[in-house]
Order: sequence, then structure tokens, then C-alpha cells
Amino acid sequence: MQESAFLVGQVFNGISVASLFVLAALGLALSFGLMRVINMAHGEMLMLGGYLAYLTISIVPGPLGIIVALPVAFAGAALLGAVLEFTVIHRLSARPLDTLLATWGVSLVLQQAARNLFGAIGVQVVAPSWLNHTVSLSSGPLEGLTLPYTRLFILLVAGLVLGAIALLLNKTRLGLYVRAVNQDRPVAAAMGVNARLVDLLVFSLGTGVAGLAGVILALLGPVTPTVGQSYIVPAFLVVILGGLGSLVGTTIASLMVGLFTALIEIFVDVSVAQVLLLVFVIIFIQFRPQGVITVRSRALEG
Amino acid sequence: MALKHIGLAAALLASTMLGTVRPASADGTVKVGVLQSLSGTMAISEVPLQDAELLAIEEINAKGGLLGKQITPVIEDGASDPSTFAQKATKLIEEDKVVTVFGGWTSSSRKAMLPVFQRLHGLLWYPVQFEGNECSPNIMYSGAQPNQQALPALTWAEQKGYKKVFLLGSDYVYPRTANLILKKHIAHDGLTLSGEEYVPLGGTDFSSIVAEIQQSKPDIIINTLNGDSNVSFFKQMAAAGLTPDKLPVMSFSIAEPEAQAMGPSLLAGSYTSWNYFESLPSPTNAGFVAAYKAKYGANSVVDDPMVHGYIDVYEWGAAVKKAGSFDPEKVRNAAIALGYSDSPLGDIKFAPNQSLVQTGYIGELQPDGQFKIVWSSPKPIEPVPYDPLTFPGKSCSAHTTF
Amino acid sequence: MKISAKYYVGAAVLLFGALAPLFVNSYELSLLGRFLALSILAMGIMLIWGEGGILSLGQGVFFGLGGYALALHLKLEGLNIANGDMPDFMVWSGVSSLPYFWYPFANPWFSLAAVVLIPGIVAAAFSWLVFRRRIGGVYFALITQALALAFSTLLISQQAYTGGFNGLTDYSTFDGYDITSNGAAQVIYLITFVIVAAAYFFLRWLLATRWGIMLRATRDGENRVRFLGHNPLPYKVGAFTIAGILAGIGGALFTLHAGVVSPALVGVVPSIEMVVWVALGGRNVLWGAIAGTLLVNFAKDQISSALPSLWLYGLGALFILSVSFLPAGIAGLFKPGSPEERVYRRILNRRKLETAE
Repeated sequence: MQESAFLVGQVFNGISVASLFVLAALGLALSFGLMRVINMAHGEMLMLGGYLAYLTISIVPGPLGIIVALPVAFAGAALLGAVLEFTVIHRLSARPLDTLLATWGVSLVLQQAARNLFGAIGVQVVAPSWLNHTVSLSSGPLEGLTLPYTRLFILLVAGLVLGAIALLLNKTRLGLYVRAVNQDRPVAAAMGVNARLVDLLVFSLGTGVAGLAGVILALLGPVTPTVGQSYIVPAFLVVILGGLGSLVGTTIASLMVGLFTALIEIFVDVSVAQVLLLVFVIIFIQFRPQGVITVRSRALEG
Repeated sequence: MALKHIGLAAALLASTMLGTVRPASADGTVKVGVLQSLSGTMAISEVPLQDAELLAIEEINAKGGLLGKQITPVIEDGASDPSTFAQKATKLIEEDKVVTVFGGWTSSSRKAMLPVFQRLHGLLWYPVQFEGNECSPNIMYSGAQPNQQALPALTWAEQKGYKKVFLLGSDYVYPRTANLILKKHIAHDGLTLSGEEYVPLGGTDFSSIVAEIQQSKPDIIINTLNGDSNVSFFKQMAAAGLTPDKLPVMSFSIAEPEAQAMGPSLLAGSYTSWNYFESLPSPTNAGFVAAYKAKYGANSVVDDPMVHGYIDVYEWGAAVKKAGSFDPEKVRNAAIALGYSDSPLGDIKFAPNQSLVQTGYIGELQPDGQFKIVWSSPKPIEPVPYDPLTFPGKSCSAHTTF
Repeated sequence: MKISAKYYVGAAVLLFGALAPLFVNSYELSLLGRFLALSILAMGIMLIWGEGGILSLGQGVFFGLGGYALALHLKLEGLNIANGDMPDFMVWSGVSSLPYFWYPFANPWFSLAAVVLIPGIVAAAFSWLVFRRRIGGVYFALITQALALAFSTLLISQQAYTGGFNGLTDYSTFDGYDITSNGAAQVIYLITFVIVAAAYFFLRWLLATRWGIMLRATRDGENRVRFLGHNPLPYKVGAFTIAGILAGIGGALFTLHAGVVSPALVGVVPSIEMVVWVALGGRNVLWGAIAGTLLVNFAKDQISSALPSLWLYGLGALFILSVSFLPAGIAGLFKPGSPEERVYRRILNRRKLETAE
């Protein structure tokens, strides 16, 4: 394999990892923009998506199982998100730091519940055979480059989800309300927007997207009670880099995190890459504390 | 500042402390400690190990106990945290007055318990393969030393004609030290090292590593990944077209339970090196497997560390009988003087350096989740805690102290 | 009357603590000692979170820095460094000579100074870098969590220099004194107890000073503090530094009690558990932080062995319930606010939300 092919392969890997991060972080960023709360149990929505994929595929075996699993996981995670918003997050919405701790408690309970229901060792989702192919270039300047279908599938799903949410935010009435509440909650409420309902819908939309990410994770690794934890800290960093509640900002930040990690791993091992990623984030916020894209200033937060 | 309430809190606290349950020690029983992680990340592996240890204790009790006494296990939770292991080991010896302790899995738990056993003159039976380089008078090491698991795997790979080796592991002590030893032997035997990579414990993204493997084209991968990372690795290899039948993988931490949980279809055709497989054909092993399944369910599986935990209890029992005493030092001295005994592992005995003499096996994973034994060492292998090629001048012989 | 009752109870608690070695057996004393060491860290969390409004999910990092600073020395004690001796783990990690940064730790006094200075300097530098760009609140909490993950990953991966996943263990002496005997355990307990008391009285004093008032003012209205012409940065960085130092001291003492320091205590999960001790005990009351730490840890010790699965549900429930229904913690139960105070608090909370908008 040639050096250039290896490098292009790493860029592709970075984008593929970034597409997972964007699905995992999108819900966090959107609800954070609206409600100023971070849901620490967001990783468990990925986990739920993974387990729902496992259950769906055991009921609907065959090549289409994974396609059926996507809406099921979305609906399941969105429903759990709505319950969580209604019972815990809404009650604490004036106290963002307490929300952080309470949702961490929720995440512990959900993990233990998964352990009791499915066992600690995790379950397997077998990728359908139509995903078990690769695109290989056997000639030209990029000879030896191999792109697995699963990774292309992930890109496709992420692209479709981003497109759908962009449409929802920019072309529908609900999107208008979301942007209005995001920019000025009291004024939007005074104009008759049901801000409470907007919060609930956006939150459960975000957890639903995380459920989709869980299905994709199941194609790459095992579904375990703690599967969400390994993606949640990078997702938080994406939110910090991306800026408040911005779709474009979150996407760019995910690409930054994904590409930075993939390219730095050429030179250092994965553990050191994690440390350098944090250093990168701290340096970045020295120059752009408001994040990549800013809808509003962070400077005058209470 | 409402200082007065501290008193209340203190009273509450004192009552918690005094509430510590202390099992009454009746005549006719003797207490042993069983210390594994029942909670936390390691519980998944250590709970079945505890089950195997308890099975052995139960069997010995059913046959009339030891020196006329029934064995009472005192169970504690190490909570996957080394400092908790040290704390509970202290409790078992000082509070519960156990005569010996069976337990530990990670090297970090053993390292944390070692000073406790040395200071309080206790005896620990440690059942898991480890990186060697340790030789305490107060620990019986029944799990494989590097020369009983890692090096036999390399020998087998050489015999198969594999020349280029890629080392992949989780980023912690065992993989790094095992690979240090393997690298010395790879260079010494004239093989090529085509790459060495580590991922953090629990790591799930292998895209960069798969790319590196594709680029460096090894003949075999020696894999010391831990737990869940294995599933991610094999899945992402398969997605890139590198299934175990195209590029052989030799794993050191995949045993029967992992293979079953990961789905044998993903791993079928990959190899692993252990001192025990459930499929070993001896009648002793068949009896053990049947007893285990009778107690813990027909679907349960057994693996190498569990069997080591099980035989530890039996070796301890045999040593107690030989010594005629429960005194830890006398038991240790008796244990290394016992001859070969027949066990589910085959013929075993403790060497004077307190590690186990045992046979090395290579298994190939079958679609049914069991391993087909494709190679075994010609005779039981003497344990060598310090690899002479890697750590020249260091050795471990019989202890005179306790 | 009321005041004197307080003092009687306070004196009784001090007496109980000081005399504990006489009537508590050695195992229970070691538990009490190690949980008291943790409570020093908890008081630091009370300072930054309860009084400063800064939630750190990375206090395990400073705890670890203090613990390792001492453990580095304990591992070198008794080795002849000039002769090329090295701690055992370096040999099997393939290191050929002692890494340069280990050398100063051969001196016990350097090591003791490092227990305070390293966590202090790291906490000051880190918090200054983040706070100077006015990043706080939830963002700060998330960055500290990433710090905890990065630090524990680094400790594990740099096995040759840090002992890796195993951590550092097997100590025997400090500056020539045996630290493993029962007598030494009692001395270490008493040192811990004195430091807990000292930290308690120091923080009590500190929070009553003008500095303490400014810290609370920064918590309740950072922008107002700024508009009044004060720079909130020194108060926030100062509080975080003190909390880091307290965590470091707690880590060093815990290492002495436990006989081991390892990455298991510095990662994401232990760091966030530390916050729940304070949340349960009472984030605005110093003794609440101590009581919460002791209560949760003794409960964990009792429950986790018998019912490990229940413990995790219980811990999760503790997070949810203590912040939802008991925001002032156990300490809050002992001084119920007047109805006026509650209304005032509600208005304050609402106003905070509006400024945030």
C-alpha cells in the first residue's frame, strides 16, 4: 500500500469516526442550546439504540433487519428521552449543574438495568452480509486503499440524518420555534411559542438521533451496558468546540475531533492521542471560547 | 455552623461501623477467604471464578471437610479497585481470621494485596495468567507464567512457518510486558516484528490499526486485547475483509465464555493459547465440567482461570492434609512438596518457586464456541517467572522466609 | 445556651476522633482513616462547588497527583539510586535507567512539598487557562471530566514511568520510619485527623473573610461582580487551587492508608462519585462534606459486598434524589430555611436562569 493511500485512508477513517460523533453529540448540542443542560445519560441512549437493534434483528433476521432497526431505535430512544425530560430534566432546568449530577445518576441506573436484563458481557449484532464488502482500489495513485461498506453506510446514515435535521430546523414551523426559543426564550414565549413543548420535542429528537448512533455502533463493536461511556466524553468535547445549539458548528467540531484523532494516531498511540485531543481543545478555546459557530455570546451567561 | 449535628453524624457512623457482621466461629469449622470483584468492570470475569472456587469448597465439605473441619468461605467484594482489594484482604486476615485467601484477577489487585499478605503472614492463591516478574513467599501462583502461555504460542507460530508478527494489545501491564518478552524472542529466533500497537482499555475504534495492519501485511497477529475491545477489533477486521481464515490471530484473553458471548461466527478459525480448554478429553475434566454445569446451569461454560481457581482450593486441601495443619506457612511448604496430581488441567504440581507446573495448549475456535486442541506442549512446562532472555540474571527459587 | 451546646458537641466529636485509636480495632481504624483522608478532598469540593459555584468532575486528578507525588518517594525509599537500582515495574517495562523526573522524589521533603505544590500548580494553571476565557458552568464541568479521562489514560499508558494500570504499591518506610506496623497506622490516622481538623478550621476562617464573601458573590452573580469593578478570576482560580491542594493532600494520606495508589482512583467515575458525597452531605456546610463522605463510603463498604447490584442502583438513586429533593444535603435537614428564605431562593434561581437567557 502506498503512503498516499494510507493517508487518504486515515482521512476517511477520521470522517467516519466524526460521523459517529456528530450523531452522538447533536442531541446534546441542540438541547444545550435550548435549555442549558447537559444530559449525562445521553450515552445510555446510544446503548439503548444498540440493544434495540439487537432485539429488532433477532425478530426480523435477514438483510433488512438493520434497516428496520434504525426507526425502532430512534423511536425507543426518543421515547425514553421524552420520559427523562419530563420527569428529571424539566424539574431541574434552572439548575444546570444539578441536572448534570442527576442525569449521571440516571445513567448509572440505566447501565445497571441493562446489566440485569442482558448480562454484563454484552450482546452481538451481526452485520448483514450486504455490508460485508469493501471497495478496494487496485491501481492508480491510491492503490491499496480499502473502504469497508460498513463505514460507507455510517457516512450515509449520518449524512441523511444531518440533512433531515437541517430541513426540520430551517424549513418547518417547528424549526422556526426552535430557533426562536434558542435565541430568546422569554420573547418567543411572549409571542405564543410553547417553549416547554419545544424543549420536550428537541430533547427527544436528540435522544432519538443518539439511538440511531447506537445502531451504527452495534455494527462496529459489541453492545454492552457501558458502550455509551466510550463515546460520551468525545461527544462532550464536540459540544464545547461546536458552540451552542448549532448544527453546522457541531458538524465542523465533530470533523475536527475525528480528523485530529485519526491523523495524530499515525504518529502516537491511541492513549496519547486522547491526551493531545484535550490539549487541542484547551488551546482552541483560548482563541475561540465561544466555539466554532456562535448563535449567541457565551460571555454574559449567569 | 451547626456543629452540634456532627455528634449525630458520628453516632450514625459509629453504629454503621459496629454493625459489621462477624460470622461466629463455631467449633468444627475453618474459615477461608474468597476475594473477587463482584461489582465493577471485572465482575463479569470474576464472578464465575468465584463460583468455581465455591464449588471446590462445597465438594471438599461434602467429602467430610479437612482435618475433621468443615470449610466456611467468607466472601468479599474487591469492587474492581486495587485499594479495595488491599482493604478487604486486611479485613479477611485480621477480622475474620481466615487461614488462607483465594482471589484476585488483575495484576493490580494482586500487587495491592501482596504487601498485606507479606505483612500479616497470610497465604494468597492467585489463579490467573500474568506477566511474571514477581515471586512472593506469600502467594501461590497457579495461572500461567509468560513461558507457559505466550512463549508456547510463539513456538507454535514458528512451527507453522509464520515469519512476520504483529503485536496488538490493550494498554496495560500484561500486554506490554508479554510483548516485551515476545519481542526479545522474535528477534532472537530470527522472525520479523511488523508492528506493535496498544489501545486504551475498553477502546472500540480500530480503524487506524486495521489500516496499519493492511499496510504492514503480517503473517500472524498476536492479540492481547482485553474484553470488549476484542469484539470491536474482530468486527472491524472482518468489515475490512480480514477474517481469521485469511489472517490468523492468536489471542491470549479469549476463552470459552468470551467466545460464546462474542458469537463464534465472528471468531471461528482464530487461535488461542491456554493451559486449559473445556474440550480437554480427560475423565477428570469431564467430571469437573459435569459438576459445574449441574450446579450453575447446563448453559454455563468453564475456562482457564476458573479451573485454576478450582484446583487452587484442591491443592490447598491436599497441602493442609499433608501438613496436618491450617498454618499458612506449613501449608505453603507442604504445597510445594506435593507430587504431580491429576486435575482437569492434566498433571500439575507446584514448583519450588510457588508457581504451577502445567501443560500448554493451543486451541482453534470452532463454530460451536468450543476449541479444538491443535497443539500441546510435549510435557508439563516448568514455570519461569523471569524470562532469562529478557531479564538476564534474575531468577526465583524456593523461599525460606514467610 | 445554643452556642455552648454547639461547642460541647464539637468538642465531643474532636475527642471521639482523637481517641478513636484507643477503642476502635485496627481494621476499623484504617477504614476511618482512609475515609477521613477522602473527606479532605470533599471539603475542597464544598469550597468550589457549594461556595464558588464551580462544578469539577475531575478532582480525582488532583487526588492522584498528590498520591503519586508521595508514592514516587515511597517506591524509591531503600533503593540505591546511585547504584542504578530501579523500582521493580520499570525493569519489566523495559526501562534501562531511572527516568530523570523521578530523581528529585528520592528526597522525602521534596516529595512532601510536591504533594502540595504539584496539584496546586496544575489546578491553578488549568483553571486559569479555562476561566480567563470566561468559560464556566457546564462547560467547565465537561472539560474537567475530559481531564480526568485523559489523566487516567496517560497514567495507564506510561507504564514504564508510572507503574501503569497496577499503580504503585508495596511501600515499607518513609524517611527510615516503618509505615506498615500497627503503631504506624495509628500515627498516620492521627496525622490524618489533625489535618482534617486543620483544613476544617482553615476553610471556616477563609469563608468568613472578605475573600469568602467575594467568592460567594462570584457564584451568585459573576457579571454583577464584574460590573462593580472586581475581577472574579482570582477568586475562582484561588478556590480551585485550594481545592486541588486539599485533594492532593487527601490523595497522599489515602495512599499511606491504603498502601496503594493507582489509576482506578483518578478516572471519570471515581471523580464524579466524589461530588455525590458532598451533594448528599450538604454542599454549603463544611461538616456536611465530611459527614457525606464518611456516610457514603461506610455504606458502600457494607452494602457492595452483600448486594453489589443493589449498590449501583442505590448510588444512581442517591445522585438523582439528593440533587432533586435534597439540594442542601443532610446538613440542610438540620437547618430548615425560613419560608422567606425559600421564596428568596426561588427568586434568585429564576433570576439566574433569566441572566443565563
